[in-house]
Amino acid sequence: MTDWKDEVEEIVFEGKIAVPYTWTVGSTLSKWYGELRDNAKIWGNRCPSCGRVFVPPKIKCNECYKDLSDWVMLPGTGTVETYTVVHYEEPKLHPRKAPFVYGVVKMDGADTGLVHLIDEVEPEKVKVGMRVEAVLAEEREGAIMDIKYFRPIA
Amino acid sequence: MERVAVIGVGQTRYERGKRETFSELVFEVATKALEDAGIDITKIDNIVSISSDFWDGRTISSMAIQDAAGAYGKDITTVEGDGTFGVLYGMMRILSGSFGVTLVVSHHKGTESSMNGITNTSFDPLVERKLGLDAVSSSALQARRYMSKYGILEEQSALVSVKNHGNAKRNPLAMLPMDITVEDVMNSRMLATPLKKLDCSPVTDGACAMVLAAEREAKKLTTLAKRVWLKGVGHCTDAYRLGDRDLADTRALKKAANKAYEMAGVGPADIDLVEVYDAFSYMELMWLEGLGFCDDGMAAEHMERGLFDFDGKMPVNASGGRLSANPVQVAGLAEMAECVLQLRGEAGDRQVERAGIALAHGINGMCGQAHCVWVLGK
Repeated sequence: MTDWKDEVEEIVFEGKIAVPYTWTVGSTLSKWYGELRDNAKIWGNRCPSCGRVFVPPKIKCNECYKDLSDWVMLPGTGTVETYTVVHYEEPKLHPRKAPFVYGVVKMDGADTGLVHLIDEVEPEKVKVGMRVEAVLAEEREGAIMDIKYFRPIA
Repeated sequence: MERVAVIGVGQTRYERGKRETFSELVFEVATKALEDAGIDITKIDNIVSISSDFWDGRTISSMAIQDAAGAYGKDITTVEGDGTFGVLYGMMRILSGSFGVTLVVSHHKGTESSMNGITNTSFDPLVERKLGLDAVSSSALQARRYMSKYGILEEQSALVSVKNHGNAKRNPLAMLPMDITVEDVMNSRMLATPLKKLDCSPVTDGACAMVLAAEREAKKLTTLAKRVWLKGVGHCTDAYRLGDRDLADTRALKKAANKAYEMAGVGPADIDLVEVYDAFSYMELMWLEGLGFCDDGMAAEHMERGLFDFDGKMPVNASGGRLSANPVQVAGLAEMAECVLQLRGEAGDRQVERAGIALAHGINGMCGQAHCVWVLGK
């Protein structure tokens, strides 16, 4: 079978899609981000049926489908459940230059993990089970980067 | 319930940087699948396409390939996800009684955009997306969780890559046939610990099509040799947020697999070959456990002993797997096409001996949020 590319000079278009969006944060996460921004507090919410505490808070429990109306203030500390040291660069996506560390932090007082950055530690010294605490940004805008990162508890 | 058969399959070669358009790829595989079934397009009255608007760079991308899929003047409907879910939808539409012979077709051109940019957009823009997570970094979190929970070594996980790239040498459609060693995997470029380049599937272009028919039509249209039955299917979804799951837990897959086994009336011990969604090396181990082929945390040991090798007791990813070609939405459909070829005895150099019952497994969402499991047989 002949290859059409032997007979036709192929043409390739370059392009880019950039579409503006707004994302409504909604009742539950707006409250969470508001507390983080105004009072420097990380809250979770508890299922009245199974007692599980979610952070970030959710509207309903995954398991029970019950409204999570019971809010619980968390101490902002936790344990590294898993982590990765990122070695590749994605300047448009990554919040910093590689190498840097993502972790899932099992938050004290909660039953779920929070995915975030881990910093103030040599990447190779991060370990599963390491105790960490949230470091909040001084200027907060009501978004996930109001938590700057988690750092080891000295 | 009426049985549904696969009566034709067609695939492109899986490659990097294909120069054909989406439509050309769909034309190619739809034509091949119809030829394989020995029917023409007039016999088709139901078309299910599988594609991703973000990856296509086009909204309602199925509408742009309707002519190529032979859907002009007919009905086309779309699944955005893995091909295994598209077959599920196709079968459901047949079983509803509203549709007859069905063409399921999927296309994907990963090399035309940015894999990391597009997989980043699968994360919640309200929470995790800003962190810059993508398929590789989130899977690295899962890999570490799985490996630390069960004490799996990176060298054990690397064996999956060695096996699958080796298997790809027997598959003319695969993109990355390679003779590599565990050391090669370990020494390949670190992307996100513990995942090295050779632990990760490549960005790939390709398409696959499949013709489905209910039993009565299947028997009218084709010969016994061509028919492969969809014997069982199960599907299940876990939590969206990574932190809401234990990333080492395969409970959604276990549920999906049990449903599929129950419907097919078989168990893991009855399966002769498996095509599992190895987007990353560790995933093959995790999913084999979730599918019930061994206890949790034990797949690496069985891998070391060669149980899942091409000439082992139960060959896994004889095609070379996703590690050797990963046309994302197409991947699960390609797995099913591979199972069909194996069950018909048409798999050439990679033909598995005594292939009577095969299992194909697809995933949707980051870190295997959703699973679809198929049991196929003659």
